[in-house]
Amino acid sequence: MSLAVRLQALAVSALILAAFLALWQIGVSGTGPTQQMDPEYAKLMGATATEGKSAMPGPLDVGRTIWGHLKDPFYDKGPNDKGIGIQLAWSILRVGIGYLAAVLVAIPIGFLIGMSPLMSRALNPYIQLLKPVSPLAWMPLALYTIKDSGISAIFVIFICSLWPMLINTAFGVASVRREWLNVARTLEVGPLRRAFTIILPAAAPTILTGMRISIGIAWLVIVAAEMLVGGTGIGYFVWNQWNNLSIVDVITSIVAIGLVGMVLDQLLAQAQKLVTFPE
Amino acid sequence: MGQNLIAIEGIAKRYPAKGGGETTVFEDLWLRVRRGEFVCVIGHSGCGKTTVLNILAGLDAPSAGTVIVDGREIAGPALDRAVIFQGHALLPWKSVLGNVAYAVASRWRKAPKAEIEARARAAIAKVGLAGSENKRPAELSGGMKQRVGIARALAIEPKILLMDEPFSALDALTRGTLQEEARRICRETGQTVYMITHDVDEAIYLADKIVLMTNGPGARIAEIVENPLPADRRQGAIHHDPNYYALRNHLIDFLVSRSKTFRDNPPPGYDPRHPPLVRLGGPAPEPRLPRAGEAERHLEAAAG
Ligand SMILES: Nc1ncnc2c1ncn2[C@@H]1O[C@H](COP(=O)(O)OP(=O)(O)OP(=O)(O)O)[C@@H](O)[C@H]1O
Ligand SMILES: [Mg+2]
Repeated sequence: MSLAVRLQALAVSALILAAFLALWQIGVSGTGPTQQMDPEYAKLMGATATEGKSAMPGPLDVGRTIWGHLKDPFYDKGPNDKGIGIQLAWSILRVGIGYLAAVLVAIPIGFLIGMSPLMSRALNPYIQLLKPVSPLAWMPLALYTIKDSGISAIFVIFICSLWPMLINTAFGVASVRREWLNVARTLEVGPLRRAFTIILPAAAPTILTGMRISIGIAWLVIVAAEMLVGGTGIGYFVWNQWNNLSIVDVITSIVAIGLVGMVLDQLLAQAQKLVTFPE
Repeated sequence: MGQNLIAIEGIAKRYPAKGGGETTVFEDLWLRVRRGEFVCVIGHSGCGKTTVLNILAGLDAPSAGTVIVDGREIAGPALDRAVIFQGHALLPWKSVLGNVAYAVASRWRKAPKAEIEARARAAIAKVGLAGSENKRPAELSGGMKQRVGIARALAIEPKILLMDEPFSALDALTRGTLQEEARRICRETGQTVYMITHDVDEAIYLADKIVLMTNGPGARIAEIVENPLPADRRQGAIHHDPNYYALRNHLIDFLVSRSKTFRDNPPPGYDPRHPPLVRLGGPAPEPRLPRAGEAERHLEAAAG
């Protein structure tokens, strides 16, 4: 893409953002009808009901909140009041552990399936059966057997990261070009050296694609999992702010979740670039 | 035995046919190749040339018969037989040097790194690619890729070089240059070569002996033609040789007509164990120029 097109795209992006923020601000600044009510009740309901102020916070409110979080992301004032940074760190930690465990399991098993038609056939029914199960369906079972909500969340991340990596590794390994394998055969390369010098580099782009899909799913699932198990994490934070009726914080979390997800995806995209080879 | 480096003894290849039964691609194939000989195989598409080469390489197993290399029956691929694949088969994630060094390191497993690199660089220089060591295969032209394939094969100093239409995907000029270099290198090192080609002129320029295979199914080796051209023949000047047209006509004639009828009507006294060795030359036989376009049409059909 030429520089001019890039600049134009940037300008359009900025325009869309400005229009969105403006519409948002206009949308929430109008006053709705107010009801007559008992003063005690009115106090309970807050400004929304008594002054007709919109329940939705405006972009300025959200901006202020984000600024507040940015100033002190890691404060800790007890179990129900921690900074958004701490909550995100918990979520990233859980995703990291569950995801790495899945890598360690999926890639060797994927290799096995990809290299052995027998194992591929033998394991296929289980994969086909378990793959479509929502990872959250495992949660009760995990809570019951593990008896620890944090580790259960990690287990759910492990399960949901497993399938894309397993399937992509198996596919990548199985579709290594016959001629590259023949090169290794004519050079009398042993099975272990062949796995590391031919099959792994040849399948790496496909494996990385699976890893990238997995990290995306893991980051989607962690929010829901933490809403269920509670305690810490960005999912719990969102749910907690909803219970506090702090829509500003909910919106702030949505932005934060999006940003972290984007960074995780970009990290794997970079890794993918490193192992991709032109043909 | 004795001087024979390769002895193909009665090999056959059969595949299960669709409606039950079997199809025989070729059978009762016998061939001996001497040390230092350059052999080219010519035959119609689908007659089983690649299959024979893969069996020689150990990548495929015959349904019957054996192949003996240097006095030993082969069992699978080995480093004494290097293959130059039709699709070059370079590893795209490795550089030119990496590709050649990979082969060298496989051949001399305990050699120090420096020696491996030196051998790889020498092989790359031999095919005229010095200076391109750090390029990836994707950055190379078709001719350069094929050169890397040749360097990789020669670097392991194989007893036998197996080539499956190594130059057929190249333009005419590049092909000519590479043929010349391949012939020079193989003559200098006394390399034994078994090569498949669709190009009659390529066979005439390169080969000491040209093996003619009949059409499949049930293909045989019809005959082995000795090349009457002098050993110091030059690329681009072979057609000035008095024996050139006799040889070329003989080969074209086989491909155009005799390859179809040979199997069902073998000449009297034909013994597949000892395919006749044909020597052309001496007094030039009746010149029979191919009809216009005949050779080209045939070659296109064969290449398809
Ligand atoms: N796996 C297979 N199953 C059944 N038939 C096969 C199989 N592999 C090859 N053949 C058949 O064996 C025959 C010989 O194939 P081969 O590739 O050796 O031909 P070829 O002489 O090298 O042809 P070309 O000149 O086109 O390269 C073909 O007719 C092909 O259909
Ligand atoms: Mg072929």
